[in-house]
Amino acid sequence: MGFWQRFLQLDRKWIFIGIAIVVIIPLIKPLGLPIKPTKPVIDLFTYIDTLGPESDPVMVVTGFDPSTMPELMPMEQALLRHCLTKGIPVISFGGLYPAYIGMAKMAIDEVSADFPDKKYGEDYVFLGFIPGVSAVILSIGIDIATTFGNDYYGTPIDSLPMLRGVKNYSDISLVVDVSGSSTPEYWLMYAQERYGVNIGVACTAVSAPAFYAFLQSGQFVGMLGGLKGAAEYEELMARKGYPTGRRPATIGMDSQSLAHLLIILLIILGNAGYFIVRRGERRQGIIRRKK
Amino acid sequence: MKKRVPLVITFVTGFIVIISFFIPHRPFGPLETDTLIWYSIILGFTLLIGVDSLVRLHVRQMRRRKAGWWYSIVFFAGFFYCLVIGIMSVIRTPNPFQPGTIFFYGYKTILIPLQSTMFALLAFFVASASYRAFRARTLEATLLLVAAVIVMIGRVPAGYKLWTRLPGIANWIFNVLQMGAMRGIMIGVALGAVAMSLRLILGIERTYLS
Repeated sequence: MGFWQRFLQLDRKWIFIGIAIVVIIPLIKPLGLPIKPTKPVIDLFTYIDTLGPESDPVMVVTGFDPSTMPELMPMEQALLRHCLTKGIPVISFGGLYPAYIGMAKMAIDEVSADFPDKKYGEDYVFLGFIPGVSAVILSIGIDIATTFGNDYYGTPIDSLPMLRGVKNYSDISLVVDVSGSSTPEYWLMYAQERYGVNIGVACTAVSAPAFYAFLQSGQFVGMLGGLKGAAEYEELMARKGYPTGRRPATIGMDSQSLAHLLIILLIILGNAGYFIVRRGERRQGIIRRKK
Repeated sequence: MKKRVPLVITFVTGFIVIISFFIPHRPFGPLETDTLIWYSIILGFTLLIGVDSLVRLHVRQMRRRKAGWWYSIVFFAGFFYCLVIGIMSVIRTPNPFQPGTIFFYGYKTILIPLQSTMFALLAFFVASASYRAFRARTLEATLLLVAAVIVMIGRVPAGYKLWTRLPGIANWIFNVLQMGAMRGIMIGVALGAVAMSLRLILGIERTYLS
């Protein structure tokens, strides 16, 4: 058996080991590869960056569970960090499904710890999970206080200084859905179409292609797609001199770069091997027929 | 009667939702919200039915000692853990996700690592599957292969480092080629959903009754 035939039958454990190595090494020693922000990310960043302490609040909706946490948590943290840096009032909404609330809690706790001057209830609030999915989105459009009643900690919405005067979507500058599922479509259907609120999306790389149509039509303000989107957002924040934390997405992109390069190398070698072996088999067939 | 009542309910609720969408004013406007609240309530009950069905399935698996029946023990351990700890945490603190509660401890130390691990395994299987399945056997397969390689390399910083124009080409594939196909699929799916909804509302499609 020749080299290429052996290569084509390569045990997948070697591929697994290769992937593990190229993922782990950059996490330990980041390569610092250049990040070039793209238009959908710049659009969302610019929109938020034009807001300020006097603006209506930005609602950051947590729409992911632990399975997509490595990809989406850096996005949520970057968005929260950006808003708090600019002094924009933030409504952190624990999401439309119960599994998301833990992620929302972790994100807001971690980011708010870096902003000791920001006060809960005055600069940011945390709203918990309410069952109902699309009914909740519609209900926010009528009255936030009636929808939630209390915030996550049990404080009545009406007694939170930041939410005084915030009745519904007309008092919210932007809703950003950080989502690992199809929930941005719900926000589009029930919040954007019905009440005209601006929607931004932060989603996994897998689901990003489904949302490009809405982005091109202008129904979404901007979009962060996958870890790449999060890294681009961190880059834009760094360029403006805003605090970025340890930039987990940027570090992760180094691993993703090397993993993609390895997969492409394997695809090229696999195809080369396939054609070489097939050509050898054809030649052997011709020789046999001649004999 | 067993068929007529569900058909009437489907027709009335479907008709109300359609009317309230096109006429978002009283009395139709709030009806959509009311219908969705009803939907949430019914959804809660279906969840209970789902739990009941799941528990029965695993009890049956254990009783009959079917292959892999011990996985049912893992299921029951997880199920009762969440149930008991969840209720205890809600009684003790208003928020089970408050740091320090036993529920949050379980969420952080069991659920997060488990779900993250399951999802992380994808990277390994995608790499292995790409190596084995991506073969330029036909013209269509070759086109797919070339597009996939350009997008894969163009969407990461290494691609920009290799050739500064690569991200632009990858974005063009995304914004033009991919979007054209995706729009076609989305319009097709939407038209199919409209047709199916109309069949359900008008009682032509009755398979859900059986």
